[in-house]
Amino acid sequence: MLAAGSIVRQMALRPARLALHLALIVCSLLMAGPFLWMVSTSLKPNDQIFAFPPEWIPRVWMWVDYANAMQAAPFALYFRNTGIYAGGVLVFQLTLCSMAGYAFARLPFPGRQAIFVAILATMMVPSQMLLIPLFVLLKHVPLAGGNDLLGAGGNGWLDSFAGLIVPQAVTAFGIFLMRQFFQTLPAELGDAARIDGASEAQIFWRIMLPLTKPALATLGIITFQAAWNDFLWPLVVTDTEATRTLQLGLQVFQDLNSTDWALLMAATTVTSLPIVVVFLVGQRYLVRGIALTGLKG
Amino acid sequence: MPAAEASLTSEGAVARKGSRRHPVLADQRRTGLLFVTPALVLFVVFSVVPVVYAFYLAFTDYRVLTPPRWIGLENFVAMAHDPVFWVAMRNTTYYAIGYVPGAMVLGLIAAVLLNGRIRGVTAYRTAFYIPVVTSIIVASIIWLWIYNPQVGLLNWALSLIGVQGPAWLYSTTWAMPAVIIMSVWKNLGYVMIIYLAALQGIPAHLYEAASVDGASGKDSFFKITLPLLKPATFFIFVISCISSFQVFGAVYVMTKGGPVNSTTTLVYEIYIISFQALKMGYGAAESVALFAAIFILSMVNFRLLGQDTEYI
Repeated sequence: MLAAGSIVRQMALRPARLALHLALIVCSLLMAGPFLWMVSTSLKPNDQIFAFPPEWIPRVWMWVDYANAMQAAPFALYFRNTGIYAGGVLVFQLTLCSMAGYAFARLPFPGRQAIFVAILATMMVPSQMLLIPLFVLLKHVPLAGGNDLLGAGGNGWLDSFAGLIVPQAVTAFGIFLMRQFFQTLPAELGDAARIDGASEAQIFWRIMLPLTKPALATLGIITFQAAWNDFLWPLVVTDTEATRTLQLGLQVFQDLNSTDWALLMAATTVTSLPIVVVFLVGQRYLVRGIALTGLKG
Repeated sequence: MPAAEASLTSEGAVARKGSRRHPVLADQRRTGLLFVTPALVLFVVFSVVPVVYAFYLAFTDYRVLTPPRWIGLENFVAMAHDPVFWVAMRNTTYYAIGYVPGAMVLGLIAAVLLNGRIRGVTAYRTAFYIPVVTSIIVASIIWLWIYNPQVGLLNWALSLIGVQGPAWLYSTTWAMPAVIIMSVWKNLGYVMIIYLAALQGIPAHLYEAASVDGASGKDSFFKITLPLLKPATFFIFVISCISSFQVFGAVYVMTKGGPVNSTTTLVYEIYIISFQALKMGYGAAESVALFAAIFILSMVNFRLLGQDTEYI
């Protein structure tokens, strides 16, 4: 009886379900359409690119556009630079934010609450406001980039990986996220080790940190993605090919090749591929982090 | 081992009198300071000092090659009479008014549609979220191509329904709407994710009770879902307003502020003044204005909308 009833209900719902799926498929295609169009354009021969009405399937598959695009600008170098930048920021953030986050969650020290609130307060300042002072600061780092002891004469940390990475080495968001995760761990976890005489640093390193792998994955993905996609900061700090990142290289490439859409779209596809893969592999961590902190994408 | 069980955990012991000499607490204090110090030093050097320095530079004439020279309020007076600054302010406001409701309404609709148990829901959600993870440069370059007036995808789609599309990024009227449409497309997945998390916190029995009482789907949505989403809505609204005032990449790639400054936003103007014209004192003054705008906007939001929102 019950089963029959639910089948009848399902049958009645079917048209509505079908309509929902149809709507969702259309919307999904609208959302993914620009990317499909990007890939389609990158593979089309030149005369087909400007066809009107547009044609989606290439008549000839121009895989050679990808090789040409990679040769038209030093993309291998941009990839390496972006890897150093994103990797460097990642290592710093995971280390420093988890240490600070753990201290704010579990290690009482004088002024803990006040310092935590002060760090959170810096989130109110728009990062763009810091561009000019940071530029001046990096330019005057002593004994770097041709500077003397007083920070004059050269370019300091401008156009260097140290200049790109170190100011991004720690964020209030990262500390907040790690603190939230550490607070979900039972405080008694370290007690057995404490009785055995383990130091607090050992408890953090051997017991607490291994339990926060999901949190580290969340912070890692968010950080890596932000650095990989970053544009304004590298635009201000970098100056030459030696440190130019992928997003910046892509933008310069676009300025120079604004009419060669196949080449441009091939470069754009290659640039976005790694970050899409990172997202697809790690999306459950990303979504969890967003749900937990309700912050920042 | 006195008091081992009771006070080993830090939070319990900290309030105890005379606990300062407890070796575990001493170790916790030392380790805590040690763990916080590197982060704290970086914060002071790369956040606190720069904020203070930005405020100082705002009162100087500073063009990189010579040291900053104190000029009092001159930058702010100049700003008040600078037509481009006010155009940038107006454009930024225009962008916010278009972008914020657009992303919020579409993100909410997507979340409601994708909240239920639907076959393939993960694939749908991924399709909606992919634009969020790609960079603004990539997105802008793709849309530059889509907005092409002659052979672009958008004007072709419009021609299918008999509409002659405008010149989009080449038109003073349509360039800003084009930037807004692209931004809504890029970010509505983020709004969707926040709303999805909030929707999952609404207990199902509320809907069951409502449907027993004969409420329609529309009633349930407007009388149950929407009110219970208020904290999420408030959060998304505040975040979206703030991010609206920070638009840069899309403008930099798609329009360079043009045509005729019709898409020059505040951050774009700050960048041009500071790093192309190298008038860093004036740029700092404009970034103080940016900070003030965001600060005032957020305060107004909290005052007007945040009063009965408990958790944010």
